Amino acid sequence: MNTATETVAPLIEHRIAKNYFTEGGHTLKSWLLTTDHKRIGVLYLISIVFYFVIAAIAAALMRMELITPAGDMVTSETYNKLFTIHGTLMVWFFLIPSIPAVLGNFVLPMMLGARDVAFPKLNLLSWYLFNAGGLLALYAVTFGGVDTGWTFYTPYSSTYSNSHVLTMAAGIFIAGFGTILTGLNFIITTHKLRAPGLTWFRLPLFVWSMYSTSAIMILATPVLAMTLTLMGIERIWGVGLFDPKLGGDPVLFQHLFWFYSHPAVYIMILPGMGVMSELVTCFSRKPIFGYHFVAFSSVAIAVLGFLVWGHHMFTSGQSIYASLVFSYLSYMVAVPSAIKVFNWTLTLHRGSISLSTPMIYALGFVGLFTVGGLTGLFLAAAGLDVHVQDTYFVVAHFHYIMVGGMVTAFMGGLHYWWPKITGRMYPEKFGQLAALTMYLGFNLTFFPQFVLGYLGMPRRYHAYAPEFQIYNVMSSAGASILGVAYLLPLIYFLWSLKYGKKAPANPWKATGLEWQTTSPPPKHNFHETPIVDTPPYQYSAEATEAELLSISNKETPYG
Amino acid sequence: MTTVSKKTYLFVWLALLAFLALTWGLANVNLGPFNNVFALCISIAKMALVVLVFMHGRWEKALTWIFIAAGAIWFLIMVDLTLSDYLTRKDITNARTTWKHPEQNPPTLMPGKGD
Amino acid sequence: MADAQLALQKQFDEMPQQKEAATLGMWAFLATEVLFFGGLFLSYIIYRTNYPHAFAEASHHTVVMFGTLNTAILLTSSFTMALAVHAARENNTKWLFRFLLVTIVLALAFLAVKGLEYREDLREHLWPGPQFRPDLPPQAQIFWILYWIMTGVHAVHVTVGVGLLSRMAWMTSRRKFSDAYYTPIEISGLYWHFVDIIWIFLYPLLYLIQRYS
Repeated sequence: MNTATETVAPLIEHRIAKNYFTEGGHTLKSWLLTTDHKRIGVLYLISIVFYFVIAAIAAALMRMELITPAGDMVTSETYNKLFTIHGTLMVWFFLIPSIPAVLGNFVLPMMLGARDVAFPKLNLLSWYLFNAGGLLALYAVTFGGVDTGWTFYTPYSSTYSNSHVLTMAAGIFIAGFGTILTGLNFIITTHKLRAPGLTWFRLPLFVWSMYSTSAIMILATPVLAMTLTLMGIERIWGVGLFDPKLGGDPVLFQHLFWFYSHPAVYIMILPGMGVMSELVTCFSRKPIFGYHFVAFSSVAIAVLGFLVWGHHMFTSGQSIYASLVFSYLSYMVAVPSAIKVFNWTLTLHRGSISLSTPMIYALGFVGLFTVGGLTGLFLAAAGLDVHVQDTYFVVAHFHYIMVGGMVTAFMGGLHYWWPKITGRMYPEKFGQLAALTMYLGFNLTFFPQFVLGYLGMPRRYHAYAPEFQIYNVMSSAGASILGVAYLLPLIYFLWSLKYGKKAPANPWKATGLEWQTTSPPPKHNFHETPIVDTPPYQYSAEATEAELLSISNKETPYG
Repeated sequence: MTTVSKKTYLFVWLALLAFLALTWGLANVNLGPFNNVFALCISIAKMALVVLVFMHGRWEKALTWIFIAAGAIWFLIMVDLTLSDYLTRKDITNARTTWKHPEQNPPTLMPGKGD
Repeated sequence: MADAQLALQKQFDEMPQQKEAATLGMWAFLATEVLFFGGLFLSYIIYRTNYPHAFAEASHHTVVMFGTLNTAILLTSSFTMALAVHAARENNTKWLFRFLLVTIVLALAFLAVKGLEYREDLREHLWPGPQFRPDLPPQAQIFWILYWIMTGVHAVHVTVGVGLLSRMAWMTSRRKFSDAYYTPIEISGLYWHFVDIIWIFLYPLLYLIQRYS
């Protein structure tokens, strides 16, 4: 039998369907005090979209300034604040929570066949911590901004900056504990709440990615908390550990900061890789190529990611010996990522590929992440990094990974699971259009930045030499296209809530326990605890509906 | 799960106090570099007693030990690789001899500025 | 037993599963705490490696008697906490309550001694800044910054522990625990032992550098 479960949950169309929206209360209070992981996922989605918009506006203003070489739109101080706001909000209040706190919260317990996460109240607490931190960040943004860059390097942040450093740092500190709670929850849930028969190697790869991400979250984030505390103490009391007058070393701040922040960038890509494994298999109707390799690669990325932070400090005064060690280790961490790309590609090979919106995003991810990853290797070579450090080359590299990779995957996952979350289908044509627009806009925005960096344009500058203008204009033009590409889903997702076609339980005919329950799911996910006895991704290009589904549905939205 | 007897707890507590006396005593004797070594070893021994007996570590399953080990190992990674920078910086190595007043020996952390 | 079943939360199937999840969750949290304090210990290691003499000189001004006394107090409080968990396991709520109370009293004693010590340190002008005692090298201020922050953060954790154990004592008095269900006591104990372990390392690092000279 190819069915994933032995129990069959009846799909009955009610006039008023019982799902997690209708059960558990309709009031605002029932949502704000919910412990249902699905509602918390939705709450997070609303929150992160809010911070994304603010950070995107900051980016838009930056790109507008950069259309002309002269710094004529904003002062340099204002520009510094813009890129700091963009960086801090995007990293801590959008990207880090994005897939884990939205899709992970919603889908992970269901993929495990569980009724909820292990600690539902801590889950709600994490959302409140996230927003408490966000409020402080908003205060800092509204009342004058921060101008240190998202990296808060000392001594500028601890001694010389006159902006709202402490407020922003406090906001990040508090939000960080929200992240830790999410990670802790996912780890314990994965260990303790798996359905009967669901062994580790029967788990969807999304779970492996979320588990690895969670390990990074709980081991790295506390160091950030302490680092910001130490910087804050030096700022408040005027004396501190990074003060050269006492024999302190500002570079120690960088060691502490990057010990967290490098693993943090793996928090900002691993979940996207997890989504990729789900999308690529479903839309090529094939099991993943090399399941064990992909699973272990997730763990390898999480572990090796902690060993490479010094590659951010090649030009900071770190010893040459340490730079050598970090450079070598940075080359090693690229290997598991490459293995994953290889395996996704081979999953596509001889698959029955359908170019639905999630798949367009997934295919885009493969190309964009590969470019980002390869340029990472350029940067990992200490000798080459000396020339491109603090230039637009670095900016392009990390945007290819974080936007071309993670945001693309987030959009793909959001489209994929939207029917499950809301019970509605989004309009497919607009979805495909937005995905393509995003791909084109993204490349136009960021590819010229590689050239800019190579030619020597420094980052974080609001004015630049005139010979760089053509590439900046291309980049800014691309950014406006990218803006449209993000606006489209915002509009049609909201539209779909009221006017979208009602979604069946399994619109994509995907494997996985989350598709074995209704769309949207009932409050406790499953009417009966599923029992698992097959490996994941049991797709077959020739399989019939009946073979794949326990809940069959004759009507498929897209034919 | 095995029940630990009150007597075991008592012995561990007395052992911890004995280690405390030992660590204080040894600090008052000049053993050169071994002062640090002994202090660290005694602290680790005390930690081991607390983790194994008071925190029931001896009877915990392997998964718990993976979590414990992860915390310790990740801390050591942080220390080890950071030290790989500081121990190989020439100018700090030179400064690590005797302290001189800043007027005679201004602190400098930029490499290659002369020793 | 009815109380125990009432404590079973909906996402779990059985009590042992819930207990294992709670215990594992606390151990995971303690791992995060190791990394949290780890940043401080790292800074200490780096600066002591670079300025061994300044650190030795600076640490001679800590009050060893207070430090040693506090270590003994905390070690004993770990002992009484273990006895509290033991009492819970034996369904002896009377002694569970008493041992929790003793642990709390010892924790408060620790804080009191720390308070006295801080007062002494301030009197000796050991607060970093322009008023710092001038007979010590500037790197000694780095030692003292670490001293204040490390013991301060530790004291915050002790205070949180007092709050946690007080809540445990209150719940015990309301008969929430029996030998069938005492998980919160156990995981509070884990937290408390961890606070003790941090101090086990702080003590020699802060108080016992080259005490023979």
